[in-house]
Amino acid sequence: MSDTAKMTSLEKVVIRFSGDSGDGMQLTGSLFSNLSAIYGNEIATFPDFPSEIRAPQGSLSGVSGYQVHVGSTKIYTPGDLADVLIAMNPAALKVNKKHIKPNAIVIIDEDTFDKTGLGKAHFKTENPFLELGMTGIQLISAPISTMVKASLSESEMDGKSILRSKNMFALGLLCWLFNIPVDTAMHLLDNKFKKKPAILNANLKVLVDGYNFGNNTHASVSTYHIDATDMPKGTYTDVKGNQATAYGLIAASEKSGLPLFLGSYPITPATEILQELAARKDMGVKTIQAEDEIAGVCTAIGASFTGHLAATSTSGPGLALKSEAIGLAVMAELPLVVVDVQRGGPSTGLPTKTEQSDLYQALYGRNGESPCVVMAASTPANCFDYAYMASKLAVEHMTPVILLTDGFLANGSSAWRLPDLDNFPAIVPPFVHADMQATWKPYFRNPENGSRYWAIPGMEGFEHRIGGLEKDHCTSAISTDAKNHQRMTDLRQAKINRIADVIPTLEVQGTPDADLLLVGWGGTFGHLYSAVEELNAEGYKIALAHFNYISPLPRNTEEVLKRFPKVLVCELNMGQFAGYLRSKIAGIAPLQFNKVEGQPFMVEEIKDYVKSMINA
Amino acid sequence: MMENKTYTPAEFKSDQDVRWCPGCGDYAILNSIQKTMAELGVAPHQTAVISGIGCSSRLPYYINSYGMHTIHGRAAAIATGVKTANPELMVWMVTGDGDCLAIGGNHFIHAVRRNVNINIILVNNEIYGLTKGQYSPTSKMGFVSKTSPFGTVEEPFRPAQLTFGARGDFFARTLDIDLKTSQEVMLAAARHPGCSVVEALTNCVIFNDGTHKSLSDKDFRADRTIVLRHGQPMIYGKNQDKGLIIDGFDLKAVTIGENGITEKDILVHDAHCEDRTLHFKLGNMTGLDLPKAMGVIRAVEASVYDQALEQQVTDAKAKYPNRKLGDFLKTLETWEIS
Repeated sequence: MSDTAKMTSLEKVVIRFSGDSGDGMQLTGSLFSNLSAIYGNEIATFPDFPSEIRAPQGSLSGVSGYQVHVGSTKIYTPGDLADVLIAMNPAALKVNKKHIKPNAIVIIDEDTFDKTGLGKAHFKTENPFLELGMTGIQLISAPISTMVKASLSESEMDGKSILRSKNMFALGLLCWLFNIPVDTAMHLLDNKFKKKPAILNANLKVLVDGYNFGNNTHASVSTYHIDATDMPKGTYTDVKGNQATAYGLIAASEKSGLPLFLGSYPITPATEILQELAARKDMGVKTIQAEDEIAGVCTAIGASFTGHLAATSTSGPGLALKSEAIGLAVMAELPLVVVDVQRGGPSTGLPTKTEQSDLYQALYGRNGESPCVVMAASTPANCFDYAYMASKLAVEHMTPVILLTDGFLANGSSAWRLPDLDNFPAIVPPFVHADMQATWKPYFRNPENGSRYWAIPGMEGFEHRIGGLEKDHCTSAISTDAKNHQRMTDLRQAKINRIADVIPTLEVQGTPDADLLLVGWGGTFGHLYSAVEELNAEGYKIALAHFNYISPLPRNTEEVLKRFPKVLVCELNMGQFAGYLRSKIAGIAPLQFNKVEGQPFMVEEIKDYVKSMINA
Repeated sequence: MMENKTYTPAEFKSDQDVRWCPGCGDYAILNSIQKTMAELGVAPHQTAVISGIGCSSRLPYYINSYGMHTIHGRAAAIATGVKTANPELMVWMVTGDGDCLAIGGNHFIHAVRRNVNINIILVNNEIYGLTKGQYSPTSKMGFVSKTSPFGTVEEPFRPAQLTFGARGDFFARTLDIDLKTSQEVMLAAARHPGCSVVEALTNCVIFNDGTHKSLSDKDFRADRTIVLRHGQPMIYGKNQDKGLIIDGFDLKAVTIGENGITEKDILVHDAHCEDRTLHFKLGNMTGLDLPKAMGVIRAVEASVYDQALEQQVTDAKAKYPNRKLGDFLKTLETWEIS
């Protein structure tokens, strides 16, 4: 234990792990966030990695980062600027200068700051800190490579493998810095590497060395302690958005009694959904890694036709390819969950970066009058809830539902209390029943919600044909009749509109009589909520309305938007939701704050913008 | 998918009026499918017919079963989903040469490669009929159509070659007018465990009339086609005196009784041979120097995708009986807050 006199108590701290994309910084970061969570801290994490799997070592393009926000109070975001940076090489230092506070603690592997390393990062002088103007930082310079080599010199591992343990040295140093007993970290590693004893032993040794290095040298900074939070009782795990989405689909399958089917094609940043579900055959989940995005959605439509809870997962370019098939599901009125994990666009865009620019595509990206449900998750953990609700709406209303998440939610993680499915609403598939047999036609509708009934192969007496051609509203035969087409178009739209009856109304958070209403949707919730909290604490009067249901909109949307003197819509695109609101609600003129940098909002930039609008 | 009851073809007729042009080859294909379904004995409610877009893809509307008329080119992907989700169903896919081999080429080769247990009826009239007469990926080189007024300058696909190239294990061919062979190969296709491809050569009476005439005309059909049957010698011809032999690396047509050739020199068809080489050559015969092969060219049993996946699910469930999401989540790294 370090000198207690130098231990400082912190409410929140942001730590950024950074190094080559092969340095294991994602692993180190996630281990540290798990350690903090086990200690009862609130956590939120966000990886920031390049799309190159292994860019040239030491190069600027190969820098991979992982940010963790740890707190004793409620945490909503991975944090704006870091208090602590671990830079495993000069390139990591250079790339992250803009992501850290001027007085941050910077931990470096000094062995990599030689002429070669500095050259690869295009430094012109031998003092990178001076060159970058980082004069206020508190530096912990440790010869990590040298010490790791010395530590493992007796092992039978080759030089390259030995250096791969450098990240564990950094983790050990952090355990010292944040007063986390090294035993707990050792226990985590035991679980992580139990199948690879040689690597486990090397990592454990280096971890302890890192911890001792901090302890022994009393590195010239104080150490920190973050108190445990007051979280609700229960069993917790650390969950990423993509995992939570996959689990939400499984939960809906379990609750509805419909077996789960996923047709998908690997695409960043959505692939983990397919991977998670492919591993869950023990719960009867079937997945197909299809030949392309189109086959991904088409196999799902086929499965839906047979009575499965059918889903497809993708990102923006894949959603574009699926458009025509989603139109088929609209026309055939089959349940289908489409998960779009949004990334930077257009085209291939920024595959590993986050954005909210697929909203218009989800709403309008199909030929013809083709309405479907569009909704969005807003935290990594609530991807579970919204994947569940997307399934419920799809099945009970016989419609495709597009669930928008994004790269930030998908790869970001937060502590998640394991759900009790008893607390989730029932999902009741609208199957035909025997007494309908004499008169039933495929497009007969339930008068209560306008949904057609579901007859699936295997049900005797309900053989029928559906497809992409317009059908007669009465006989369900192919029809090109003018009035019938208008009628069916109206019926399909009305079915979606009536879903507003079963979704929750919009909640307003913050100050009830606010001067300005902040409006957001989807993955920006944490940043917007934090900004509203901080602004109100500073004496401003701000409210927040955050949307999870977009098509249809909650019933009270117009009333909420017209309640406040100023409305500011913040989104990570050029104003798609603002435009949608204007088209749906007459007489509103919301202000906009937009960003398309492939990065989440920063709480500070939202606050600054809100202040400028209040004073304007 | 139980074959347990006797049905009549009428029981597989829907209440919809068939709307193809008079004289269209698709009528014969529809009849053959309905007769095959009756003979197969799988109930209408256990049968699903999936199609894409095009004249022949209207076929599901005319069959009393579960059916889906989908979107252009995607029938193979949708049928893959239907069969994988519920392997108990008898799944038919009806598609045309444009639907299957142009816009749907990718799904077709992958359904064949995966060996999904579906019966693909590839209705090949070498033309786009529903869009009124454009050349298709099976139109012969030089074919003049509305979009190739100077003749095409591209080689056509040969569906047999493509199927074998995609490692297909069942391929058969028939002519629309040959109801007997059509039913014979469709029944074999339906009973084959795995992806079966039946190429049905049909006539488009409006936009490509007579495209298969050189094969189908009764004056020379017997001399220009051969109906292959497993275990039987490859003999054909009006007088049943022609046969096929191996000559070097090639097939050769011979006449029994000439040049010392006797019936025992004639190749015996082995549709179950794992090696595709000879099937490839048989599938490639054009009806010019060598007779066009009809009947089942290849029928080899291999691992079936939908069954193998079902087996994985069964095994995984047996390992963790009645596992619920809550049970699984507890296996993750968790901690208690009390």
